Amino acid sequence: MSDIQINKSIETPLIENNPTFGSVTEKITSITETWRVPNPPVWILFLLGSLSCVALLVGSVGFLFWKGIGIWGVQVPNAWGWAIINFVFWVGIGHAGTLISAILFLFRQKWRTSINRAAEAMTIFAVMCALVFPTIHVGRVWAIYWTLPLPNQMGMWPNFRSPLLWDVFAVSTYFTVSLLFWYVGLIPDIATMRDRATSKTKRIITGILALGWRGGNRQWQHYEKAYLILAGVATPLVLSVHSVVSFDFAVSQLPGWHTTIFPPYFVAGAIFSGFAMVLTLMIVVRKAYGIEHIITKGHLDKICKIILATGLMVGYAYTIEYFMAWYSGNPYESFIFKARAGGQYAWAYWIMFSCNVFVPQLFWFKKMRSSIPVMFVVSILVNVGMWFERFVIVVSSLAQDFLPSSWDYFRPTFWDISTFIGTFGLFFTMFLLFLKFVPMVAISEVKGVLPQADPHHQDYHNQTGEHHG
Amino acid sequence: MAEVKDYALMAYFENPNELIQAANKARDAGYRRFDAFSPFPIHGMDDAMGLAPSKVGVISAIGSFCMFLVAVALQWWTSAVAYPLVLSGKTFFSYQAFVPIMFELSILGAALCAILGMFHFNKLGFLYHPLFNSKKFGSVNDNGFALGIDTADPLFDVEKTKQFLESLKPIEIEMIGEQV
Repeated sequence: MSDIQINKSIETPLIENNPTFGSVTEKITSITETWRVPNPPVWILFLLGSLSCVALLVGSVGFLFWKGIGIWGVQVPNAWGWAIINFVFWVGIGHAGTLISAILFLFRQKWRTSINRAAEAMTIFAVMCALVFPTIHVGRVWAIYWTLPLPNQMGMWPNFRSPLLWDVFAVSTYFTVSLLFWYVGLIPDIATMRDRATSKTKRIITGILALGWRGGNRQWQHYEKAYLILAGVATPLVLSVHSVVSFDFAVSQLPGWHTTIFPPYFVAGAIFSGFAMVLTLMIVVRKAYGIEHIITKGHLDKICKIILATGLMVGYAYTIEYFMAWYSGNPYESFIFKARAGGQYAWAYWIMFSCNVFVPQLFWFKKMRSSIPVMFVVSILVNVGMWFERFVIVVSSLAQDFLPSSWDYFRPTFWDISTFIGTFGLFFTMFLLFLKFVPMVAISEVKGVLPQADPHHQDYHNQTGEHHG
Repeated sequence: MAEVKDYALMAYFENPNELIQAANKARDAGYRRFDAFSPFPIHGMDDAMGLAPSKVGVISAIGSFCMFLVAVALQWWTSAVAYPLVLSGKTFFSYQAFVPIMFELSILGAALCAILGMFHFNKLGFLYHPLFNSKKFGSVNDNGFALGIDTADPLFDVEKTKQFLESLKPIEIEMIGEQV
């Protein structure tokens, strides 16, 4: 018994400063209720900046629809260019949100409660950015509905034997389930906002969105069950989505793409890049909104460890690809891997390798995992590296295909770049609106992990003679 | 002015521990139509209240299986019956290639039905509830812990139930009314 008590006292609290239930509500909902403190005044500048990037996106996509895919750098043999790179990049970023909300929930990692709301929001916005690219890449965008099994006057149906169609189903299911999961998590918090609402408009909007939530245990019982099921199905779903994305490549016959390691390699890379994005965002958000006691340095430390672990998996995949190219004795495979590290795209390959394999090794050191500037820089470099990973995979295998006479060097155009920057604008616009109008931390979940939420907490304190209000 | 009828007697408590003990006693006293309100789910409350396990899982499993059948039927009918395309000599009904979409749609069915089942059992979507007539009741979504016994409970008796709730030493007892 005494051992247990000692352990209790030295265990680092998940939420610092020992807040009360009421102060957690106050801290998080007050952000959505006022335009003043704790909202940082620069919010509006960031929003305007992001909105101008959205304008760039709309302009670039509009011009694309007007002129056609020729405005991009894609050209035979590089029929896939930045659009596919960016699609894989954004879908990958989304994966960390689902990992935090679903997989860490199943593993009962209570620390997830501080960051899961924002990470899930990040997932939804990243998948929205991702969905832009395949949609506009089809060229004849007015025919995009052909990817869906809709009855039509041509008597035509999509080809279910193609991985590209699996992708349509995987990504749209992923988006739907992520959005619903996020909304279900929000219901009790919206009810909290409803009960605090001061104006009639706010009461009506939050009243409708809260769906009549009352917080009785008869509701919590079904709610918790549904949440558990959603976490249970989102876990294989998130693993399947990036596996299916990798099938787009692995099912083809191209050297460098046609490998069985692709699905786990893509999933590890997705979680790696997604956690880096979570880290970038959380470092800024916790500081800007003064919630450093809710998203603590302990949270950042754990995120860094996951980045280190997934970074090692990615590094293993890069290395084993070379081993397989050599061990299989396949001349085409060896050629393409020699070309990757030493050919015309060697610069991209080594940016990828340094950012994804060397840089995260810093996180072996506790000092680096507790230095905010180091974490911030590493998190950005990891995402630079992960973008280049997709660039290397897509471009280097295509640029030197089976027919040397058609080999070419891929160059992006202005419109490739502007569309990509535009999706960052879309992502940050959505994220900034989320920070202002939606509780950015799962209030009811954070209350549930406070020490006083445990019904035995009072027993323990009564025994030791302490008392907490 | 509409007539007001009593709906539930609500007792407010200090913390989760007191609420769980109150729920235990309410169940032992024989009450059935009561609920324990809290800002987060309290561990062990289902047992304290004597609730049967949630059936959301059953609904979700049925939904998942139905969507699996939809995926099989859709892919078989479009690829082998309505629009058979010869592609690299593959069979029209290549079930191996249909697995990813069977999987995705099963997941979609499980998720949608889990949520719809939860909405159904929790009566979410009905925006009005008599309990919302109380200003004090809103505190349960912030930091309040409350035990409410419905007047519709067969054992309910204004005086006796009030005495029972007072024996639990709550902070406050409130009768919440409903407009008829």
